[in-house]
Amino acid sequence: MRPIRVLVAKPGLDGHDRGAKVIARALRDAGMEVIYTGLRQTVDQIVNAAIEEDVDCIAVSILSGAHNTLLPKISEKLKEENAEDILFIGGGVIPDDDIPFLKENGVSAIFTPGTPTTVTIDYIKTNVRK
Amino acid sequence: MDLVERLFAGDKRACARLISHVENNVNGVNEDLKKIYKETGKAYVIGITGPPGSGKSTLTDKLVKLLRKEDKKIGIIAVDPTSPFTGGAILGDRVRMGDLNTDSGVFIRSMGARGHLGGLSDATSAAVTVLDAYGCEYIFLETVGVGQSEVEVMKSADTTLMVMVPGLGDDIQAIKAGVMEIGNVFAVNKSDRDGAKRTKREIDMMLDFSKKDWRPSVTLVSAIKDENVDVLLEKIFEHRDYLLESNLYHLERKANVKNEILSLVRKEIMERVINNDEKHQLLEDLSHKVALRIENPYTASEIIINELKK
Repeated sequence: MRPIRVLVAKPGLDGHDRGAKVIARALRDAGMEVIYTGLRQTVDQIVNAAIEEDVDCIAVSILSGAHNTLLPKISEKLKEENAEDILFIGGGVIPDDDIPFLKENGVSAIFTPGTPTTVTIDYIKTNVRK
Repeated sequence: MDLVERLFAGDKRACARLISHVENNVNGVNEDLKKIYKETGKAYVIGITGPPGSGKSTLTDKLVKLLRKEDKKIGIIAVDPTSPFTGGAILGDRVRMGDLNTDSGVFIRSMGARGHLGGLSDATSAAVTVLDAYGCEYIFLETVGVGQSEVEVMKSADTTLMVMVPGLGDDIQAIKAGVMEIGNVFAVNKSDRDGAKRTKREIDMMLDFSKKDWRPSVTLVSAIKDENVDVLLEKIFEHRDYLLESNLYHLERKANVKNEILSLVRKEIMERVINNDEKHQLLEDLSHKVALRIENPYTASEIIINELKK
């Protein structure tokens, strides 16, 4: 069975990657191949890495408050590159009120603080392209 | 257009997808590889190996930046270990190559070793072929962090760069067999650290004993400060020129493909046993008997080989 490949990335300027690392580790322990790209990634860097690595899922962690700007830009770029078949999810400090807007703009799911990692893992397993 | 046509047209997604097909051994991938193989062999393959944390990715990043000044198209395959328990992996080599990420002349691919020992993954040779067909002029093959005996990279690379760091052991470590023998070019990275010169001296002494025609050079570098990386690149080119001027270039490539053919044969035989219900059952039964000492592994393997001949 082939492993699910996930790109874990941190867009924008906040330098807190503990959450991203916890997620990366949890996905690894769930048998996935996690491509970890590190801090302060631009939209272009994230989408390009996702394409080169041929990932099934992009998981971004964002704590800076810039989610309403950056996440839709990632979905736009994915469309531009004909790569919108890649499952795109986000996590971090994101107010509930912003979630519907993000979902309308190409983000499949948002996982806020306190979500058990198993919930995220199950979501990815169920929703990646088969 | 099919994947192969798109690959030749320089389509990045097609290149990425074909590498996935190779990694996952997707049905029909060998037919695609057969179509592209004739057009490959042009890329120069540089293997980068060394212990975990020695700076392989950072050094690769700096070497590639130098080559990009000459507008060379570059492929990078970076292998990281796969968990023996879950099959999962954290592939983190891209972290050190942030600026190369959006350079359209560079294609970076991370791979899990997926249970393969030896420092690479099963799929790396074929992935090199795909990147070669994609038009990469130089392909960097970065191994997992190695210990003492992961020497496989030398069978896939034209020039193998061994990255060492100070403080890992004394001169006895340097004269041991294994990875220390496979470098065509040596770098002592983190040259600003204590003991770097001593490490260089110990490696030099070890190399002085060697009776081979090619005497590898040992270069002190600091990848993070970008010091002396240009000198190191020159040393890599010197080795390339040496191979090209002698007949070794062809001989080594022949030895490498021989190795590749053998590993494909091995893989095919394994798959014929494992993917065939009847033979797999035979293997199970024999394993049971061998564990109870009713049968022995030597007769068991003969029985399976005879079964395959039918």
